Amino acid sequence: MTVSPETRELLTALMAEYAMAIDEDRLEDWVELFTEDCDYRVVTRENVEQGLPNVLMWCDNKDMLRDRVDSYRHVNVYNPHYDRHVLGPLRFTGEKDGAWTFDVSYSLFQTTLEGESRLFSVGRYRIEARLEGDAARLKTVTVIADTGLVPSLLATPI
Amino acid sequence: MKPDIAWPRNDYSRVPFWLHHDEDIYALEMERIFRGPAWSYLCLEAEIPNPCDFRTTWVGDTPVIVSRAKDGVIHAFVNRCSHRGAMIVRELRGNAERLVCLYHRWCYSNAGELTGLPFRKGLKGEGGMPEDFDMKAVSPQRLKVANCHGMLFGTFSDRAETIEAYLGEFGIGMVRRFLSRPVRILGYSRQRIAGNWKLYAENLRDTYHASLLHEFFVTYGVDRATQKGGVKMDARHRHNMNHAYAGSDSQEEAKAAYADTAARLDRMQLRDKKLLNYKNEFPDGMNLAAPTFFPNALLIQINNTLGTRQIRPKGPGAHEVFQTLFGYVDDDEAMTRHRLISANLVGPAGFVSMEDGEAIEVIQKATRSSPEGCEVIEMGGRGPVADQAHRVTEAPIRGFWSYWAELMGVEPAGGIR
Ligand SMILES: [Fe+2]
Repeated sequence: MTVSPETRELLTALMAEYAMAIDEDRLEDWVELFTEDCDYRVVTRENVEQGLPNVLMWCDNKDMLRDRVDSYRHVNVYNPHYDRHVLGPLRFTGEKDGAWTFDVSYSLFQTTLEGESRLFSVGRYRIEARLEGDAARLKTVTVIADTGLVPSLLATPI
Repeated sequence: MKPDIAWPRNDYSRVPFWLHHDEDIYALEMERIFRGPAWSYLCLEAEIPNPCDFRTTWVGDTPVIVSRAKDGVIHAFVNRCSHRGAMIVRELRGNAERLVCLYHRWCYSNAGELTGLPFRKGLKGEGGMPEDFDMKAVSPQRLKVANCHGMLFGTFSDRAETIEAYLGEFGIGMVRRFLSRPVRILGYSRQRIAGNWKLYAENLRDTYHASLLHEFFVTYGVDRATQKGGVKMDARHRHNMNHAYAGSDSQEEAKAAYADTAARLDRMQLRDKKLLNYKNEFPDGMNLAAPTFFPNALLIQINNTLGTRQIRPKGPGAHEVFQTLFGYVDDDEAMTRHRLISANLVGPAGFVSMEDGEAIEVIQKATRSSPEGCEVIEMGGRGPVADQAHRVTEAPIRGFWSYWAELMGVEPAGGIR
């Protein structure tokens, strides 16, 4: 499908900031990339291929995302680590009324405070992003993790 | 082989750390517990509803196929070809009239019997198996299967008690509570924790940690030790149920009990409160119930999230927690959605469960270098193990170890049971 260079660049930059905001532990900035009526969920390929609706994480609006981030900051305890996302190119699948859909592959590595890295999760995002003037916002992010066997635990978002 | 365990005390209030690290202990557990007289949780009946349905699972570290034959009877047998030992089924699940090993196409029925093999009579009078080759005699090892209200258990041992005696009235009642209506499977989650499987079994029986490690419970009032609740065990103290009643404490009681978190109790509020919506759907009114069955099973209810968990040991230093989430067939779309939103609480990313993985891993890391060290398990008292009408206790952990020691044949002199 035809995508203008400007749109491609804008949405590529949106995804780059998405990944970097998590990797730099700017989760509050990460939340701001979403629309108020967003839908963020983490599912596994095992469930998707069996037609099962189970979620590892599901926020069906931006307030739920804010609640998750707040909870990480003040309430939950998890493994101290650094995240590092490596994203593939965007594959566009459709456009309707200024909302673009595309898929992106990701690898997410985690590194302990002692510097030991491991592959934490690999999979793809199914994204719906809205263009509002010069800005782009995420309406839907569905993380379909090939890595259904979560190493240790899943706290910081994918 | 009889491992030499120097129990410092006969009430299991001290447990040597090395039991979580030793290869020989692990091998013996697989033999005497998982291939011994314990009943292991296999899967839910709802996962194999139709004739010829099958799914794969694990009993300890043994791969197992659970299948439903054409006549509706459920079978379980080792997923290992009689010929050269290949896994017969590699898929997670499926439906097939016969199961065929990929290597030499040996064929098995849904009941796990070897029914045919290529070139058995040779080709043009040459080759083939000996005339007297007995297919039946080499069929894969079968498990005895018990269907408890739709929850399937299996055992390798002829010496095992009946499932009714094993789970006890208490256990059977809990399974019935969770599975009283036809079940709809919502899906699976898996987590690999770098720690010994018994650390997870202990965690499930440790009601002391729940409101301390999982601060989400306290902060948002899902579950606090100040709520009405307690621990209840079977007569042999091998199974346990942690339970609590929604809304049975006051904010003031909680603040007094959790001085460290008190400040947060007023300040922290969920912006979207539907996460903690609870629609009572059980006559007993419990919003939290977590019956755990020796050695590998848990039924879990946190608000309207319902599931089973199966512990899959992966060597002395790791285990997988396999969780099956379910609702009921008569749930409407809104209820299914509500259960899935509530699922944010449980599983590998659960608000009230993610910490367990971390706690177990840091125990495994820190205890390796202390072969002489012991866990200290005295919260809730020493000596005989009994039910308690509160949850400031670790007594069910001692119950677990007493039955573990019995099956392993390593009880100390005068060991409590
Ligand atoms: Fe826990």
